Amino acid sequence: MQLTVLLIILALLTVIGYQMGRSRAVASVGGRIVELHSVPSYHGFYVALWAGLPALLLFAFWGASEGWLVMQMVLSGLPDRLVNGDAQSLGLLRADILNLAHGVTTGREPDPEVVAAAERYLRLHALGDWSLLVIGCCIAIGGLLYARGRIDPDLRARNRVERTVNIALVICSLVAILTTIGIVLSLLFEAIRFFAVVNPLEFLFGTHWSPQMAMRADQVGSSGSFGAIPLFAGTLLITGIAMAVAVPVGLMAAIFMSEYASPGLRTWLKPILEVLAGIPTVVYGFFAALTMAPFVRDVGNSLGLSVSSESALAAGFVMGVMIIPFVSSLSDDVINAVPQSLRDGSYGLGATKSETIRLVVLPAALPGIVAAIMLAVSRAIGETMIVTMAAGLTANLTANPLDAVTTVTTQIATLLVGDQEFDSPKTLSAFGLGLVLFVVTLTLNMVALRVVQKYREKYD
Amino acid sequence: MSVQTHIPATAMASRPAAGIHGTKMVARDVKVFYGAKQALKGINLEIQENRVMALIGPSGCGKSTFLRCLNRMNDTIENCRVEGLIALDGEDVYGKNIDAVQLRARVGMVFQKPNPFPKSIYDNIAYGPRIHGIASHRDEMDEIVQTSLQRAGLWNEVKDRLREPGTGLSGGQQQRLCIARAIAVSPEVILMDEPCSALDPIATAHIEELIDELRENYTIVIVTHNMQQAARVSQKTAFFHLGDMVECDDTEEIFTNPRDERTQGYITGRYG
Ligand SMILES: Nc1ncnc2c1ncn2[C@@H]1O[C@H](COP(=O)(O)OP(=O)(O)OP(=O)(O)O)[C@@H](O)[C@H]1O
Ligand SMILES: [Mg+2]
Repeated sequence: MQLTVLLIILALLTVIGYQMGRSRAVASVGGRIVELHSVPSYHGFYVALWAGLPALLLFAFWGASEGWLVMQMVLSGLPDRLVNGDAQSLGLLRADILNLAHGVTTGREPDPEVVAAAERYLRLHALGDWSLLVIGCCIAIGGLLYARGRIDPDLRARNRVERTVNIALVICSLVAILTTIGIVLSLLFEAIRFFAVVNPLEFLFGTHWSPQMAMRADQVGSSGSFGAIPLFAGTLLITGIAMAVAVPVGLMAAIFMSEYASPGLRTWLKPILEVLAGIPTVVYGFFAALTMAPFVRDVGNSLGLSVSSESALAAGFVMGVMIIPFVSSLSDDVINAVPQSLRDGSYGLGATKSETIRLVVLPAALPGIVAAIMLAVSRAIGETMIVTMAAGLTANLTANPLDAVTTVTTQIATLLVGDQEFDSPKTLSAFGLGLVLFVVTLTLNMVALRVVQKYREKYD
Repeated sequence: MSVQTHIPATAMASRPAAGIHGTKMVARDVKVFYGAKQALKGINLEIQENRVMALIGPSGCGKSTFLRCLNRMNDTIENCRVEGLIALDGEDVYGKNIDAVQLRARVGMVFQKPNPFPKSIYDNIAYGPRIHGIASHRDEMDEIVQTSLQRAGLWNEVKDRLREPGTGLSGGQQQRLCIARAIAVSPEVILMDEPCSALDPIATAHIEELIDELRENYTIVIVTHNMQQAARVSQKTAFFHLGDMVECDDTEEIFTNPRDERTQGYITGRYG
């Protein structure tokens, strides 16, 4: 409540600060704006920033540390009997206090000391919020007055405002980068925990995957084995089938769109193809599981082949269809980027359209096409839903596209679905798989980006 | 792209021109439309064998458009329509017996901006001969590459780096590479659209020299904005203005004694 009030007050103060800064700057030169170093609005922003920013920083700092500070104060007031436990019982104590404070009833009858602590917690909390409100307002008004006092025709308000904005931009981009790093690190640490239990060599080169483990010592069950080769092989197989569908079809579609289709047809065709990319993969999954897989099985059976009802072929084919727009759209762009002058040069020598496309346009666009294909591959490797629905979960080590196989992403999904212990090798193995997946797709993307960059340099 | 020939067949017969030079190409009442916009309003022109014809005129008057008609490069432009008659050796180039691909092997083109393919120097030259199946084995192809580069005056500069990309040459060298590439398919006519406009004076002088030598074996039509260049390299000059061909005569005549005052205005620099 107090915090909302503070935010509203801050918003008001910045608006007022803007107006004040502006009018004072104008007044300081008697209305002759050209004499100001910066235009009046920059003076306005300057004051507004001073009014809003310091208080906002305090606010953010408070939000981050208040809970911990208050809890620390509450705990220090409790008798040693309660506080001097190990880390776990201390954690429980904290949870109890928080639960009581927020009115969550636990089954147990609470210790009177804990009840008192909870009340104290609430009191301190309210006190903290009120003092934040007061201090925040003081800082904001102080900042406003300070900045207003500094307004002067020579004040380099524009430079200061722009520098502040620059810093804000840098912080935003840092957030994105740090998030990525955080994700990678958490993946890495969990994977390290996994590799402490399972030998990395066994994981990377073992040929048997069955992550089920006995939960209790007396339980009858497999001991779990984590050879990931069948998963890698399954991923490779399905990706291979998908690319075998997507690359020729996508490339031909791109060539047709950029070289043969009339501009009118092109404006229709391209968006329609790109709609394919917008269909949620679950929907492709339906199609794969309910239409493609039975179809493949029936055709296989009528040819006298034994086809499992969940086949790599069905999943790979549907995944290929899903990826077509990737390949076609990116390739279409790079083919269009080949300068018309090269085509003219070729036509001018008496080459036909197909010769020009084959011998000049495609070779010139090749690096871009390769990059498009690599991006498509990393997309295929990362695809989960279609495989989960259509190719099954059986970790077969096979090269037969008519068998059921499973992929890395599908296994990750199934390993983490439902209630899990987060420290059993079974669950942790998901992070090991995730790490491998991450490294592979990162490499593919980096190579693809490098290729694209090199290609750009050539024609710009 | 549609073509209407409403010219009696007799008009196609090439008239003997002055001197020993026969007529290589004829344009009769050539009109070109880009959509509804008319770019050429009925051009009549004769291009003589083994001579250089310069096309001059202010920007946008239709020189490039006319040039592209001569080897049907306009076919590749959407909504471009050509009317009238264009003949090569007395044969209608839009007629049934010639298709655009064959025609362009006989009437080659060099563009304003050098446009080497992103291939090696060797493959740039060999491109045309390969697609037309001119050379039957490697030695023959090597021979063609060498003579083409020699004729284009580029051989000495590149003979040690034939496998390097053509795009790595300097602008002037690239343009000579493109000329060599055009020569390699042994065309009868070479069309050049402002071939020197992207080059420095030294490279330009090089190419002008080259054009003068090429005249022995080829018929050349060159578009240029440079009056001195037209005067130096051509024997005939045609002046275009707003889609019309105003005047065509011996180059000396045009530059010393123009009949039309628009021509006079242009070459003396009153507009353009
Ligand atoms: N692809 C095209 N589509 C539509 N109009 C065009 C096209 N190409 C040329 N034109 C028009 O036709 C007219 C003649 O153009 P053209 O390129 O033949 O002129 P030019 O004499 O070569 O000029 P410049 O000396 O500037 O090269 C111009 O008015 C131009 O706008
Ligand atoms: Mg032009």
